Parts: sequence; C-alpha cells; structure tokens
Amino acid sequence: MSLGTIDLFMIQVILPEILLLVLALIILFFDLILKGEQRQNIGWITAGGLAFIIGAALIFSRPAAEPVLVWGGMLRQDWFGFTLMILLLFAAMITALLSVNLPVVGDRGEYYLLMLASTLGMSLMVSAGDIIMLYLAIETTSIPLYILAGFLTRDEKSTESGFKYLLFGAMTSAVMLYGFSLLYGFAGATSLYEIAARVQEGGLPSVALFTTLLLLLVGFGFKISAVPFHFWAPDVYEGAPTPIAGFLSTASKAAGFAVLARVLFAVFPDLTAQWSTFISILATLTMTLGNLLALAQRNIKRLLAYSSIAHAGYILIGLVAVNQLGMTSVIFYLIAYMLTNLAAFGVVLAYGRIVGSDEIAAYAGLSRRSPTLAFLLLIALLSLAGMPPFAGFVVKFSVFAAAVQAGMIWLAVVGVLNSIIGLYYYLTVLKVVYLFRSEDEEKPLPVPGSAWLALGVLSVGIIIIGVLFAPVFGISTLAAITIY
Amino acid sequence: MPFPILSVIVFTPIVAALIILLLPPARKTEVRVTALAAATFALLLSIWVYFSYDVAAGGYQFIEKYTWLPALGISYHAGVDGMNAPLVLLTGVVMFTGVLISWGIDDRPRDFFAFLFILATGVFGVFVSLDLFMLFFFYEIAVFPMYLLISIWGWKETREYAAMKLTLYLFVGSVVSLVGALAMYFTSGLGTFDMIQLEQAGFSTAFQRLWFPFVFMGFAVLGGIFPFHNWSPDGHVAAPTAVSMFHAGVLMKLGAFAALRVGIMLLPEGARFWMPWIILLTLVNVVYGAYIASVQNDFKYVIGFSSVSHMGLVLMGFATLSKNGLLGAGVQMFSHGVMTALFFAVVGMVYDQAHTREIPRLGGFRRVMPVVAIAFIIGGLVSMGMPGFSGFIAEFPIFMGVWETHPWIAIVAAISIVITASYIIRIVGKVFFGNLPEEFQGHVTDVNILDKIALVVLSVILIGLGVYPAIMVPMVESGVEAILRLLGGA
Repeated sequence: MSLGTIDLFMIQVILPEILLLVLALIILFFDLILKGEQRQNIGWITAGGLAFIIGAALIFSRPAAEPVLVWGGMLRQDWFGFTLMILLLFAAMITALLSVNLPVVGDRGEYYLLMLASTLGMSLMVSAGDIIMLYLAIETTSIPLYILAGFLTRDEKSTESGFKYLLFGAMTSAVMLYGFSLLYGFAGATSLYEIAARVQEGGLPSVALFTTLLLLLVGFGFKISAVPFHFWAPDVYEGAPTPIAGFLSTASKAAGFAVLARVLFAVFPDLTAQWSTFISILATLTMTLGNLLALAQRNIKRLLAYSSIAHAGYILIGLVAVNQLGMTSVIFYLIAYMLTNLAAFGVVLAYGRIVGSDEIAAYAGLSRRSPTLAFLLLIALLSLAGMPPFAGFVVKFSVFAAAVQAGMIWLAVVGVLNSIIGLYYYLTVLKVVYLFRSEDEEKPLPVPGSAWLALGVLSVGIIIIGVLFAPVFGISTLAAITIY
Repeated sequence: MPFPILSVIVFTPIVAALIILLLPPARKTEVRVTALAAATFALLLSIWVYFSYDVAAGGYQFIEKYTWLPALGISYHAGVDGMNAPLVLLTGVVMFTGVLISWGIDDRPRDFFAFLFILATGVFGVFVSLDLFMLFFFYEIAVFPMYLLISIWGWKETREYAAMKLTLYLFVGSVVSLVGALAMYFTSGLGTFDMIQLEQAGFSTAFQRLWFPFVFMGFAVLGGIFPFHNWSPDGHVAAPTAVSMFHAGVLMKLGAFAALRVGIMLLPEGARFWMPWIILLTLVNVVYGAYIASVQNDFKYVIGFSSVSHMGLVLMGFATLSKNGLLGAGVQMFSHGVMTALFFAVVGMVYDQAHTREIPRLGGFRRVMPVVAIAFIIGGLVSMGMPGFSGFIAEFPIFMGVWETHPWIAIVAAISIVITASYIIRIVGKVFFGNLPEEFQGHVTDVNILDKIALVVLSVILIGLGVYPAIMVPMVESGVEAILRLLGGA
C-alpha cells in the first residue's frame, strides 16, 4: 500500500490536526512577544483558536457516510472518530478557558502548547487505524500530560502527581506495546482492519489472542482509569493543576474509550463472548470500587477522581452490552459526562483558587457567598448523580437500557445500585455547600469572565442534552454504527 | 392545535423557578410575589382542567403528544383521566397554600421557592404522563429537590439524617422500578414507552408475576407502604411546613399513583397474583400506623404516622382490585392530600408560635388562634371518616371494597378508625382546648391573614367534597372503569 500522491481529501481529513499544530506555533509566537498583563490573553487565544478549529473541522472535515481508510491506512475517517475528535477539541477549549488568569499556569505559553500537543495526540488516537499510529498517538497524548500534571514545580503534590502519572503511564504503555507486538506477530500486519480480517479468517489460537487482548486492556484500562489500573487517578487529580485534572478525567478518558471500543469491535468481534464477560466483571469492579472509595473522601478533587472511576464503570456497561444501543450509549454517555465533569472541575477551580483549599469542608457557605456558583455545582453534581432534567439521567438510562436489552439485567441492577451510592456522596457535598455556614460568607468571590463563560456553556449544554436529547442521541447513533 | 394546557401547568412552576433564580437574592418580597403569582396561575389552570374534564366521555383528555426520542420510542405524552385529574387539582391546591404558608421564610427564600417549584414541576409531570420514560423523568425531578428543601430549611435536630434517609429510600425504590420498566420495554417488543400501547402488550403471566412486585413496591415506597414506610414520618417531621404539606399531601400520592399506573395497569396479571399478600402489608400500614400515631408525644410525628395509616388505606383500596376499593382509593388520594396538608399547616403554625411540638406542654391554643383550631377540627373529622366530610366519601367505599373481597381484613382495619378518633380527640383536647400554659401567655399570637386564607381554602375543599361528592366521585368512577377493563372485566 503506497502513499501515492497527497490529494486535497487527505489534507481535509487531517485539517484539524494541521490547524492544531499551527495554533501551537501561534501560541509560541505570542509567548515570545506578549509581556506583563497581556500574557493573560494567551489562554483566550488558545480557546479562540480551538473554537475556530472546531468550526473548520465541522465545515471541511466531515466524514462521508461510509468509513474510509486514508494516509495509507494510518487513519480511518468515520463519524465515530470525528464525533469524538470534536468532543476532545471542545474539552481542550473549555480547559483553556478555565486556565486563563490562573496563577502560575495561566500566562505560560508552554502550558497551552503542551495541552495542544496532547489534544493533537488524542485526535489521532480516536481515528487511528493502524497499531503503529495508535501507539504513537497514545504517546503523543501521554507525554505532554505527564509534564502538565507536574507543572506546578513548586508544589510537592503536583510534582508527585506528574511523576506518579509518568511511572504508571510508562509501565502500562510498555505492557500495551508488548500486546501490540504480539498482535503483529500473530497477524503479520499492522493495520487494525487487516488484523481484523486475519482474525476472522480463523486459524489463530483464540487463547493467544485473548491474552494479547488482556495486555492491550492494561494500557487502555490505564487511560480510562478502570479498576485495577485506577490507582494513579486520585493522586494525580489531587496534585495536578485543576484544569488539567478536568482535562485528564474527560478528554483523556474519552480518547481511551474510543481506542478501546475500536479495538474491541474492529479486531476482536469473534471473541465477543469472552471479552464481554471479562469486561462486565471489570465494569462491576470499577463502578463499585470507585463509588465505595469516593464515600470516604475529604478532598473534592479526590472525590471527583473516584467518581470518574465509577463513571468509567458505567460507560463500560454500554460496551459490554455489545449491541447498537450499547455503543450509542457509550458515545452519548461520553458526551454528557464530558460536559458534566468539566463543569464540576470548573467550579472546583473557580472556588478553590479563591479559598485556597480543595477540602470538601471548605465548601461550607458557598451557597451564601456565591449562589450562582453553588447552583452550577448543583447542576454538575446532580448530573453526575444521574438526576433529570440534567444530561446524566438520560445517558445513564440509555446505558442501563442497553444492558437490559442484552439480557444482562444483573449488570443493570449493579449499575442502579451503584448510582444510589453515587447519589449519596454527591448529596453530601451539596449539603456542605447549601447547609453549613462559614465565617467567610461575606467575602467577595471573584470569578473571572472566562470561567463564567466556560461554566455557562457547560451548564446550558448539560440542561439542553438532559431535556432535548434526541439530536445528540442521533449523532451518537451515527457514530456508533460506523465503528464496525 | 388546541391550547397545550397540561404542558403549561407542568412547566409553569419550573419557569417560575428560573425567573426566581434570576432575581437578586436580597429582593425577598419580589421572590415571594413571583412565587405566589405562579402558584395562583397553576392553581387556576388546574381548576380549569378539572372542571372542563368531560366525565361522560371519560378516557384520556387534553392529550398532548410530541416525539421526544423517536429512536427509542420515547415521547412526551400527557393526558388526564378520571384518576389523575383530581391529583392535578390537588397539586395546584397544595402548591398555592404552600406558598401562602411559606411567606415568612427568611433564610434564602429565593432558593427555597426555586427548589419547591422544581419539585412541583416534577409532581405535575408525573401525574399527567402517559409515557413510561416521561414518568420516570419527572419522578426523579420530584425526588431530589426534597433533599435540599429538608436539609436546608428543615428542623435542625434531625434534618440531615431525615433528608438523606428519605432521598435514598425513594431513589432506591425508583431505580428498582426503572429496571422493571426497562424489562417491560424490551419484552413487549413494541419499541415504545407509551403506556397506552404497553397496556396492550400482552405480557406473559410468568413475566408479570416476576416483575410486578419490583415495579409495584418500588413506587409504593413513596406511597409509604409497610415495611418501607420508615422514611416518611422522619421526613415529614424534619421538613419545613410547606414541604411537609407537599410531601405528605402530594408526593406520597405520586408513589401510590405510579404504583397504580405502572404496576397494576401494565401488569394486571401480576397484580392479581400478588395482591392478597400486598393487602396484608397495607393492613399493617393502616392499623400499626394508627397505633404508632396514637402513642406519639410530638404533634408532628402524630400527623406523620397518621399519613402512613391513611396512605395504607389508599394502597389497600388498590389491593382489592375491586370497583369500590379503587374508587375509594382514588378519592382518598385527593381527600387525604388536602387533609394532611391542612394538618401540617396547623402543626407548623402552632410550632412557629410555641416553639415546641410536645403535646403535653401545649394547650389552650383555641383562645389565641381560633381559625387554626377550627381548621384542625375539620381536618380531624375528615381523618376519622365522619359523614359530611370528604374522608367519609373516600373511606367508606374502600371498606366496602375490602369487605367484598377480604372480610376479615376489613374488620381488623376498622380498628384503625377507633384509634384515629382517639388520637385526634386527644390532640384537639390537649392542644386547642384547656388553658394556655403560662409560658406561652403574652407572646403567642394569632396567625396572619395569608395563613388563614390557606386554611380556609383547604377546609372548604374538605367540606365541599363531603357534602357534594358528585363533584368528584363520577370522575374517579370513570377512571376506575378503565382500570377494571385492564383487569379483565371484573
């Protein structure tokens, strides 16, 4: 398969990636020339640039109805990858908005640069059609994130966070790479779809294939923070700069799910019976452990970390169902979860930077100090808990529906029981916010305009998806059918 | 397209909540006026719906249907029949009187009314829904604001505990039902959540018998069924007055109504199989609830447990699956809703003045707040099932229905009437008559005009229904006919 000539179509497919690179260079340029107060604009430029890229991608890079392999099979252009890419770009944009004005990181060009590099990696991850491309994309995503997690060099927790993330990441990545090499060894090809064809021809030992799959799951499980590869998440989220914690828990996780789904459905459809049982156990453990450990948390970022582990479990239910509704609900869930979790981290960021603490106890009096911020937190947490009219309800509903449709009523029951535990600890936080008093109630709580903008967009999105879910469900369905 | 009156009723409270949230926190009077305006508007519309429902024609009326998520067969499908039209009216009444009584709330009234109205939208939504997804959607909306309303504005001693207990009980119940609903959806093979279509799904007997207890009990938790009634007295006592009114008055009916609509109407075979057992549970509710109420010293706990007892009668009426039982249960939902709202309003007014709810310490309140005393006596007579009051119209058919189907249970259940009379008379005598204790003299004053209006509205409804039952009975009868058809002619 030769590259041949590069035509306009091929450029169109990677237009967002090209623009991301251009934007990164622009940021570098402004980093050099902007001085003093003006440096706050770097974040705005990043966010604006990302908004522009989303627009350009929506106009020029829209995939056709039928999936196509491009760039010599390195990338696969389909609605699945495209939808997730837009989602990732959106998450990056919100993260940039939230970072404007933030002490230490907000005016640093390299901070935004690294974020864009990571986004570039993710957008390749979700549409990679070849294991080499896939591995490169995963590393391009991870390395900048290691640095970002440890970006606050004067803060010991941040350094620890970066280092821990690096160690876990490098370890799981090595195991995954070993899996990739085995896959290549068995199939004699690097393209996911050629491997899939070999697997379907039969003749390959299914035990060996399943072992390979397990090795790959180590890497993917790390990305989505599924139990038992979740240990890094609470420490890393706690130490990392809050916008990066939000970014990790949403964009990075979504990209991980995209890869997981693509590999499972494209390469291992014949082993469905085996991996679906295996992943249903993983989902049960992930939900249950995530939720139970969240109960004991005193720090809101750690609580959100465990809650994000639990949410990975809910999303896995959709994968396990192995039906169209299941895959649709995975994407649907990712969209809603991304908005919701970013909103939650956004509030934590806006409040934490003023009070200088992320302890849940420090949230006492928030509803008197800033009713609006408290209400935004209420929207985010209730959406995470799966309450209507917020997005979290309908996506949980569709995930559980998929499980029931697949005849796995027990898994749906595990899911609903878990959402009860979830409701408990989200309400506990809201209780502190609304009920408890604090001495600082009269003090002002300045929130920068950029954060209001980001939170406004997110909460409106959460409510719109929660009430008028048909269009987003339609897009998710479109994306889901193109994965095969 | 006709005027979408039900949607307007459903969304009036939440729109009002948003407007209220946009007002500055310090503008407390504007907040209250907006709340009252919205509540009045919703009340007028629900009165309009109630009185323009065509009883002769029967069936679902004021139907609205819009596709919501066609891919899964989810639609926004609203309509009222003889069963739920009274409940819509009840919600309007309780919302209106609840706002009047909450006028004095001074701690963040903006958030209070906003949460209360979000709750009201959830309640209206459940009562009018003809789509199973829509029912759950609004059901959950009705559950979560309760947590905040109780934990923020509730009674300091127990509010955190009671609020969490209540929320978790109700949430567990609803998600259990939800799994059952999903099982119905996929088993029917119709690809729709429309309840009118699901009624015709023809589920197998084995399926119905398997799922009925989960679906019915899941909702009946909110109806206060024994042994899952435990959240209710704690929740009622901890809640601020308007929320107790809403909770005991309307929300418990939400559970009973959903148990009827989803459990009995969609799984009639299952209902026939399980009801002999469920009626025993409701018997415990009725008698044990009344007994516990009679031994309480806390005024509000008495009313809280009396709700458990009276809601037991509603569920017992359902459990007979007979015409009289269902008819009585339908009227009892309305009658008890208004009555208990009245009770909790009275308890709140006495507590606001006396700052204690211990019955032995109270006394003589008739002298300072005569209107309140009269209102409580009216509520008490309703509660005892005196002829001439709405309680008689409701409870008499229930007992007739039970007598027809399970005579022994009727005899045992009748004990509750005696117990009820005993605790009501005790409260009337102890709290309102006798002498005003010295500690209250001088600083206990009469309630304000808004409170009086609320009490008068509630009392008039109770007496009106009692002396002129034709205003509601034929309507509920038409709703019962539809249920009996599903149950197979009976």
